[in-house]
Amino acid sequence: MSNHGMSVIVRTVTRFVYGLIILFGFYVIMHGHLTPGGGFQGGAVVASAFALLLVAFGSAGLKGRLNLHWLQSIEEVGALAFLALAFLGIGTAFFYNLLANSGGFLFGASVPAGANAGVLNAGGTVPLMNWAVGLKVMTGIAAVAITMLIGSKKEETE
Amino acid sequence: MIVQSILQIVILVLIVVGAALAVWFKDLLASVLALAAASLLVALEFYLLQAPDVAIAEAGIGAALTTAIYVIAIRRTARKEEE
Repeated sequence: MSNHGMSVIVRTVTRFVYGLIILFGFYVIMHGHLTPGGGFQGGAVVASAFALLLVAFGSAGLKGRLNLHWLQSIEEVGALAFLALAFLGIGTAFFYNLLANSGGFLFGASVPAGANAGVLNAGGTVPLMNWAVGLKVMTGIAAVAITMLIGSKKEETE
Repeated sequence: MIVQSILQIVILVLIVVGAALAVWFKDLLASVLALAAASLLVALEFYLLQAPDVAIAEAGIGAALTTAIYVIAIRRTARKEEE
């Protein structure tokens, strides 16, 4: 049981479900500026799908598919992207939203006044920061879970 | 309004029951599952109190990730609590 994960029921259900969990996490990140949730919440949902895979299949199912160095690199990219987006509006102020209402294709559309259902292509740097935070959170928590799994494997063989 | 009050009382009692079961169980895997159930009920209570943002974070971190890490830790160590 230890290296090959859990029973066949858990593994089958995991195969059905983990794609849907990852899709829902990306949805939460993408709609972070319109609906409840954001970068942290969506990233935590995606990372919980990774943790489900780790628990169900164990370290034998890992097989280098989730490389620890890659995850740490993507985490640093997320942090640096967040800082770079914050420095983008340094001409006016730190964290100044330069891209909002710029009319461009990159989340620059202007929102009509009054109650509306929400414009996805709006918000300027806020959705991009949500994506940066989401990348950082999902890879960081997945790295924590993988380190837990790999680091405790040595104890068992001794 | 009264229905929501009764629902909140039931959920809060169930949270306390789940936390007490997490302490009471000698099988640590059952204890972790009781803790996950309590965490999920906390997420439901957050949703009822108009905080869906916190509810998503609680469901993701409290119910899923800590449970996974506890299960990994229990698999590497002993499953039964010693007297």
